[in-house]
Amino acid sequence: MKDKDCFKQDRKHLVISKIRSGTVIDHIPPGMALLVLKILGISPGSKEAVSMAMNVPSSKMGKKDIVKVEGKFISDEELNRISLIAPEATINLVEDFEITRKFAVELPEVVEKIISCPNQNCISNSKEPINSRFKIFVVGKKVTAKCDYCGKKITNLEEYI
Amino acid sequence: MSASKNDRKFKHLISIDELSKDDILYILDRAAEFEDVAKGKKVSKVLEGRILANLFFEPSTRTRMSFEAAMKRLGGCVINMTDTEISSVAKGESLADTIRVVSNYVDVIVLRHPLEGAAKFASENSKVPIINAGDGAGQHPTQTLLDLYTIQKESRLDGCRIALMGDLKYSRTVHSLIRALTLFRTKIYLVSPPMLRLPDDFIDDLSGDIQEAELEDIIEEIDVLYVTRIQKERFPDEEEYRKVSGSYIITSKTLERARESLIIMHPLPRVNEIGTDVDRLRFARYFEQAFYGVPIRMAILFELLK
Repeated sequence: MKDKDCFKQDRKHLVISKIRSGTVIDHIPPGMALLVLKILGISPGSKEAVSMAMNVPSSKMGKKDIVKVEGKFISDEELNRISLIAPEATINLVEDFEITRKFAVELPEVVEKIISCPNQNCISNSKEPINSRFKIFVVGKKVTAKCDYCGKKITNLEEYI
Repeated sequence: MSASKNDRKFKHLISIDELSKDDILYILDRAAEFEDVAKGKKVSKVLEGRILANLFFEPSTRTRMSFEAAMKRLGGCVINMTDTEISSVAKGESLADTIRVVSNYVDVIVLRHPLEGAAKFASENSKVPIINAGDGAGQHPTQTLLDLYTIQKESRLDGCRIALMGDLKYSRTVHSLIRALTLFRTKIYLVSPPMLRLPDDFIDDLSGDIQEAELEDIIEEIDVLYVTRIQKERFPDEEEYRKVSGSYIITSKTLERARESLIIMHPLPRVNEIGTDVDRLRFARYFEQAFYGVPIRMAILFELLK
C-alpha cells in the first residue's frame, strides 16, 4: 500500500520516506504543519501529494513537524511566508532523490492574503474588493504583523492565518 | 511656489504617521502664509479651476465646511455628496467604484468613512489625491496638523508641557496628536478616568516624556490643556458616566492656579467638559483652534494640487 511506502516505522524511529522531487520543509514548530500547508495554499483538493510528520523528536527543537510536498517546487516568496509561524524552518529542494538546494526561510517584508485582520472595523474585512496586507517586522524576538490599512498590530499570527 | 507637478511633496494625506517632523513643520509654515487669505484679508486664486469633492459617509459639520472654506478661499470649487447619494452608495456600490468614478470628475477628494483604513484603500483606487478626514477610530491627520499649528501659534511646540484630558482610550484625535507630539521635545501628561486610560499597547509603542497625572497636580506647570469629550456610550451605565464625567469638567475655579500663558484647546464639539464661563478667560483657544483648520487645510490642498 502507498501509505506503507511513505511511512516506515521501527521500534525507535518514525521515518517518512524520501520524495523523488519536490520540497521538504523541516524544523516546523510542533503542531504547525497544517498551518504551513494552509499558508502554501495546499488543501485536500490540491493535486500535490503531501506527507507530513508531527511532533517528531528533534535535537534542535525538542519536537518538530516536517512536511514533504511531492512534485512541487515552491517559490522562495511562498516559502518565506512560512517564516511567519516557523521562523526556524529549513527548506530542501529535491530532484531525483537528491537535495539540490538547502536554505532557511527569511521573513518577508509584506504579506498579502495570508493574515486576516482581527479588527472587525478594518476596511480589509469589508465587502470591498480588497486583499489583507500586513507589514512584517520583529519586535524583541517576536514576529509582529501590522495591518497596512488600519494599523492593528498582532504577534499571535497563527490565530489569524 | 512653483506650479510644476514635479514639485509635489505629498501625493495623498492618509495618516499623520507618514509625515516626518520636517514635513509637519513645512505644512505649518505654509499654513502661516495662507492665514491672511483664510481670514479674507487677501484674495488668492492659486487653485482656480480646481475641484474638490467632499465624500462624507459619516456626519461632519466643521471638518467638511472648513475644507470647503479652504478650497473656495483659494479660488477652487467644491462638490458635495448629498445624504441621498450616500444612501444610494450604501445600497450597493463599493467604495472602490465610488472613488474610481469620482476621481474622474475632480482634482482632489476629501473622504470621511466609518471603516478604519478606508482612506488608504481609497488612495489605492484613486487617480487624484485623497485627504483622510477621519476613518472610523483610525486617523484624522488634518485635525492633528491644526492642533499642532494652534500649539505653535498660541503657545510653543518645542519644549511644550501639555496635558491631554478626557477620553484617551477611544479618541482618535488624542492618539494621532500624541504620536505627532513625540516628534517634538514635549512633556505629555495623561489625565483620564481609569477606564478611559490610553491603552497600554499604545503607550508601549511611544517614545518620549509621557506620564499619567491628576490635573490638580500639574495645573501650575502646563502650557497647554487639551480637553476631549467623555462619551456617554463608553460607559456601562448612566450613573457611572455621570460620576466620572463630572470630575473632568473645566471651570474658572479649576484654572485659578494655572500659568498666565496656559492655553486650553478642544477639538469641538464640546458637551459640558469646558464650562461656558471659561470661554471669556484668556486661556480659551478652542475657537481659534477651529479657525486654524482653514489655513492648515489650505496649505494641504495647495501642496497636493500645486
